[in-house]
Amino acid sequence: MIQLKVNGAEQSFVGDPEMPLLWYLRDVLGLTGSKFGCGVGLCGACTVHVNGQATRSCVTIMRDTAEKEVTTIEGLEKNGLHPVQKAWMQINVPQCGYCQVGQMMQAVALLNSKKKPTDHEIDEAMSGNICRCGTYQRIRAAIKAAAGEMP
Amino acid sequence: MSATENVSRRRFLTGGVIAAGALVLGVRYYSRLSSGDKLPHDTNADHATLHPSVFLGIEPDGTVWIVASRSEMGTTSRTSLPLVVADELDADWKRVKIEQAIGDKRYGDQNTDGSHSIRSFYDAMREAGSTARFMLIQAAAKQWGVPAAECETDLHVVVHRSTNRRAGYGELASAAAKLPVPKREELKFKPKSAWRYVGKGEVSYDLEALVTGKAIYGMDARVDGMVYASVEHPPVLGGKVKSYDDKEALKVAGVRQTVPMDPFQPPPAFQPLGGVAVIADNTWAAFQGRKKLNISWDNGPNETYNSDAYKNELRATSHNPCKVVRNIGDADAVFAKGGKVYEADYYVPLLAHASMEPMVALAEFKDGKATLWAPTQNPQAVQDIVSKELGIAKEDVVCHVTLLGGGFGRKSKPDYVAEAAVLSKKVGRPVKVVWTREDDIKFDYYNAVASMYMKAALGANGKPTAWLQRAVFPPIPSIFDVNAVYGDPSHLQQGWTDMPYDLPNLRIENGPAKAHIRIGWLRSVANIYHAFAIQCFTDELAHAAGRDPLDHLLDLIGNPRTIDFKGVEYPNYGASIEAYPWETGRLRHVTEMVAEKSGWGKRKHSKGTGVGIAAHRSFLTYVATVVEVEVNDQGEVRIPRVDTVLDAGLVVNPEATRAQFEGAAVFGASVVRTGEITATKGAINQSNFQDYPVARIGEAPYQTNVYIVYSDAPPAGVGEPGVPPFVAAFCNAIFAATGKRARDLPITKLGLS
Repeated sequence: MIQLKVNGAEQSFVGDPEMPLLWYLRDVLGLTGSKFGCGVGLCGACTVHVNGQATRSCVTIMRDTAEKEVTTIEGLEKNGLHPVQKAWMQINVPQCGYCQVGQMMQAVALLNSKKKPTDHEIDEAMSGNICRCGTYQRIRAAIKAAAGEMP
Repeated sequence: MSATENVSRRRFLTGGVIAAGALVLGVRYYSRLSSGDKLPHDTNADHATLHPSVFLGIEPDGTVWIVASRSEMGTTSRTSLPLVVADELDADWKRVKIEQAIGDKRYGDQNTDGSHSIRSFYDAMREAGSTARFMLIQAAAKQWGVPAAECETDLHVVVHRSTNRRAGYGELASAAAKLPVPKREELKFKPKSAWRYVGKGEVSYDLEALVTGKAIYGMDARVDGMVYASVEHPPVLGGKVKSYDDKEALKVAGVRQTVPMDPFQPPPAFQPLGGVAVIADNTWAAFQGRKKLNISWDNGPNETYNSDAYKNELRATSHNPCKVVRNIGDADAVFAKGGKVYEADYYVPLLAHASMEPMVALAEFKDGKATLWAPTQNPQAVQDIVSKELGIAKEDVVCHVTLLGGGFGRKSKPDYVAEAAVLSKKVGRPVKVVWTREDDIKFDYYNAVASMYMKAALGANGKPTAWLQRAVFPPIPSIFDVNAVYGDPSHLQQGWTDMPYDLPNLRIENGPAKAHIRIGWLRSVANIYHAFAIQCFTDELAHAAGRDPLDHLLDLIGNPRTIDFKGVEYPNYGASIEAYPWETGRLRHVTEMVAEKSGWGKRKHSKGTGVGIAAHRSFLTYVATVVEVEVNDQGEVRIPRVDTVLDAGLVVNPEATRAQFEGAAVFGASVVRTGEITATKGAINQSNFQDYPVARIGEAPYQTNVYIVYSDAPPAGVGEPGVPPFVAAFCNAIFAATGKRARDLPITKLGLS
């Protein structure tokens, strides 16, 4: 049995310890905000936080989540919207929106470690997150807008 | 889409909440339902007190239901079309609730492709809103005993100014529902000056759901008791399972069973591909079980297909006379005289859609009926293929349309939805089929590989005196007819037969090519390779003549005129040529405007930097684009800036339109940089983002500036027209920066590093 915390709640997992966290979140817990895009850690649609670090949940197996704290978009902000979500709305970032949860989780992790990231730092941090609709320039603008509003 | 008529339908009268005498307004081309008393899922609009249209219903509390009949894949049409209804209704947008239609022919065409949602439904949406507004005014006038002509509306209320009386839409709904539905001729549409939303736009109705992870895509659909499926398809199109061993697969924890799936009978159309499905308790177990299958395949005749050899065949075909699709003068006679004659071959490989959400669908077959939840661009095509595959009536197929995690044309082809339906019937439970990214890349309906041969003779002033262009590509109709080898008019029109230059001698040809994989629509479709060849060859000729590419391009576009397509098969994207003539003046205008906005000729370009320009009309929209590139010593290409100007006629939602053109530049960047699908022995070589890369944040344009020409012309497309001119302008910019001409995409072959 694997014990972990998901969005603050204690969970125990009984099953194939090789199962990626993404499928546990989606199929077992029903937390479908995190998305399946590539299954091999190349697109970032599945990005969640594990102990505060942006992590590709599609290649993080359950065994490695033991005693860890997992945060998904559903648990990102207890009250209302996180500043990154507000910025995403203000700049009107999403088109289809499918990748945006992963983009925002990556952006939150970036802003938690860098208060005012430069263009170069943004591009570097966000380079693992693909958006096929092509919203990148708005993502960059939204990260800058959120930078001043972080708690 | 024009006139409306009363379609009195009994089922609306038996719905319980519906007042007797209630009427439904259909649009004339919608066929009436025969019995009309049992649609599986009526909308809230259907059951609202006042429901004068299949698209609209008004509740006594003032809530306005608007039905989105088109699929939402990121273009914001699910918001923009209801905005048109709300505007003509003079409704408060905050009191509008949008609901998604199931697949149902009463909504007319639902195939959300071809950039025509606004164009084809603008009038119907206006009419729906205007009809309700008319009836609300009539009801108020009757209550107040004043002439209707003295009443007006003001944001969700009817007003009689001289007596200072006001009544909300909700309180009038019941009385309005008892009135006759007006004829279209009686409607008074709002003057442009009174528009609240059209031309101003709104953000997506779903915006908050999108940023909170609450939005439901096909991938997120769930029903009780469902199982998950992953299907190992034949690696070669038309292949069959010879035999398979599932012993190891069945040992995987969570795997329930395996199910062999029949191969399709050619042509493939939208049929499932066949293979072996693994059914499991969760997606992961299904994937794992599938890896343990041991299958022996009969690959069939397409095993002979190799994309390298095929490329040579296309090119060879294009070097010989082909079928003439349009001719002016005698180009060959000019070429025969010799002089300055230029030739070039252009090539664009197969392209995959790679929407971020892979193909996925949930199906429940029960009591002879199928219910589906799918991210589909075409729910009525789902009804067709599922009814065929399961042998049930189309009316017994209910297709719920979820949000789409991207579509780009792939999700208008419902093979994956049919797969889920077939499996649900076999397994006797709801089944969710989840394609992996590898499945998505390997079993796509690819944008056609195309080879274009270009030839021109230059006159003394540098302007061509003769022009020949031949395109050879496996055509989309090959998925419906295995013998189809020539481009059909609806794809040749895409920037090929309508080559707009003012030339005395012009010949346009198309050569045959047999398909060995599934070919399909992909954002901008044939316009991508056609515009690439024409607009890059134009740039080559400018440099050959020692002319500025902008001046040269404007000379070729010529003076404003309307292109005459007499004797040419030119479908004009299904629109009438009278309403949407091909006006070169509009192409010229966007070209001149983009030159000005981008500072063409005014900015200094240092070593390794350069700009390129291209102009193209597609989906009835005129676009010109300037791309700036920087190429460093390592051959890495950056795109610091893109300027693009579009004339799409009336633009309902400018903000969404800008977003579409920003996205189109990124889509085009992927095409030019790395877009290439190849095949060996009939099987696709690529599998995931490591070998089919798409543009990431640093590879996309840093800044795309979008300028909209405000026009009173009827609305045209905005989802696709941004891609083709971007692709050509990007390649022209690379030439300006490096002196290297990209004729063979992607530019990984150009040797920049």
